[in-house]
Amino acid sequence: MESKKFICIGCPKGCSLEVQHHEKKIHEISGYNCKIGLKYAETEFTEPKRTITTTVKLKSGLLPFVPVKTRDPVNKEKMFEVMNVIRKLEIESPVKVGDIVVSNIAGTGVDLVCTRNIKRVS
Amino acid sequence: MKKLAYDLVIIGGGPAGLAAALEAKKNGVQKILICERAPYLGGILNQCIHNGFGLQYFKEELTGPEYASRFIEDVENSDIDVKLETMVMEILEDKKVIAVNRKDGMVQIDTKALILAMGCRERTRGAITIPGSRPSGIMTAGTAQSYVNLEGYIPGKEVVILGSGDIGLIMARRLTLEGVNVKGVIELMPYSTGLIRNKVQCLDDFDIPLLLSHSIIEVHGKERLQGVTIAEVDKNLKPIEGTEHYVSCDTLLLSVGLIPENELSNNLGCEMDKVTRGPVVNEKRITNIPWVFACGNVLHVHDLVDNVTQEAEIAGKAAADFINNKMNKEEKDVIITHDNNIGYIVPQHIDALNNTEQMIKFFLRVKNPDENVRLIVKDNFDKTLLNFKKSIVEPGTMVTFNLPREFVTKDTSSIDITISKEQA
Repeated sequence: MESKKFICIGCPKGCSLEVQHHEKKIHEISGYNCKIGLKYAETEFTEPKRTITTTVKLKSGLLPFVPVKTRDPVNKEKMFEVMNVIRKLEIESPVKVGDIVVSNIAGTGVDLVCTRNIKRVS
Repeated sequence: MKKLAYDLVIIGGGPAGLAAALEAKKNGVQKILICERAPYLGGILNQCIHNGFGLQYFKEELTGPEYASRFIEDVENSDIDVKLETMVMEILEDKKVIAVNRKDGMVQIDTKALILAMGCRERTRGAITIPGSRPSGIMTAGTAQSYVNLEGYIPGKEVVILGSGDIGLIMARRLTLEGVNVKGVIELMPYSTGLIRNKVQCLDDFDIPLLLSHSIIEVHGKERLQGVTIAEVDKNLKPIEGTEHYVSCDTLLLSVGLIPENELSNNLGCEMDKVTRGPVVNEKRITNIPWVFACGNVLHVHDLVDNVTQEAEIAGKAAADFINNKMNKEEKDVIITHDNNIGYIVPQHIDALNNTEQMIKFFLRVKNPDENVRLIVKDNFDKTLLNFKKSIVEPGTMVTFNLPREFVTKDTSSIDITISKEQA
């Protein structure tokens, strides 16, 4: 049996987690203090995921860029691929929190959404 | 000069000011004005586009702008007045606030109470005296954050970050995602000063090295930064000879701490805490001036906005009680003392006769990291009021706890808080 250690990034407590495993099969997860930790250890061991937050160019907005995020975490190794798609985007104002900028970005199955309300300037 | 009159004026439209305003409104204050220096509400949250906000307060994970927008929408849907691009110049002793903006010119605002919610600012190169020339390419991590996230400028191609504060760690990831080569984070102390989760998801995820017990001893470059010389430091934080090495970079970001922005409070004569660099307050967040309240990062630097919101609600409620004459006047002061490994505690004193709340919320920060400790709260009769275990305490993570009101009696004159190693 092998073990792998993680620090949970689910909340500011940063609990130390340990996954006991045999090759790819998880036997036991310990060290978590809540469900977020348990879930994190599981995905972090099998398929690590991260939420990407960045900005997208905005046309005729009160501000030149709008902050965006992937609505759900995407596969960690896909992060730069997603960033490459985002870098080329330019969208029209006005925008509202939750507006979808791109659905299923870079084939991740996850939508890219706005995280700020920005008015249009005429 | 134009004259206005309000029941409550709040200086600052960031998370603290917004939550304080909404809470005061909820508690029956009629005329409220928020003065904000920036052209929009939300304060520094607008540039904190990363997620991780609101886990405690909303029980969900939000980005900074999303967290702010919930409060901004509530304020916009209320009759709370907001003056943007408005700079408060002075607070006068006779409950007047002097502010200026392009539309009104100078304005005098009469008020019944005031909430200070001006936030904090970053320590700069000058504050930590890094030797060497003064080329371009050296800025605080927050300035870089504003360039990248609000204006869309990338500050450089090869970056070194000094200080492992949260903003520095977050910027290490942000710049890496934008294709910048982040060479490493240099930390003077033997531990990271940011949240552990930020070290993991911002540095470890991208293999960015964190050099503990290191400092920058020289800056190179004339027009533009060309590199820095770093060295290991000893226990007294002095550079160790022979450990110097050169790192080329065109940008140096400083993430070396935050200082509450208290020029207005100082000029007004607020009593200040030398450690927090914010006003001394009681549990209702009243300063030594009875009509002036303080909350958020102007009071002490928080690591979580959720805590700022909670504290702002305490101040907003108390200001409402003060304005509506619901606050008990018979104060009996209880001094809060603490042991050596506690850096500071807010509030610094409490009113033994205040019975409006059932719990007194304390915020404290330790000086050095420790494991398996007990936090013990005793009164002046040496009676233990609270005693609980903490598996980890570290300077980067604020400790909060609630003291039940009923434990403080009219005979209590002081409360002592210690954090010590658990007896084996």
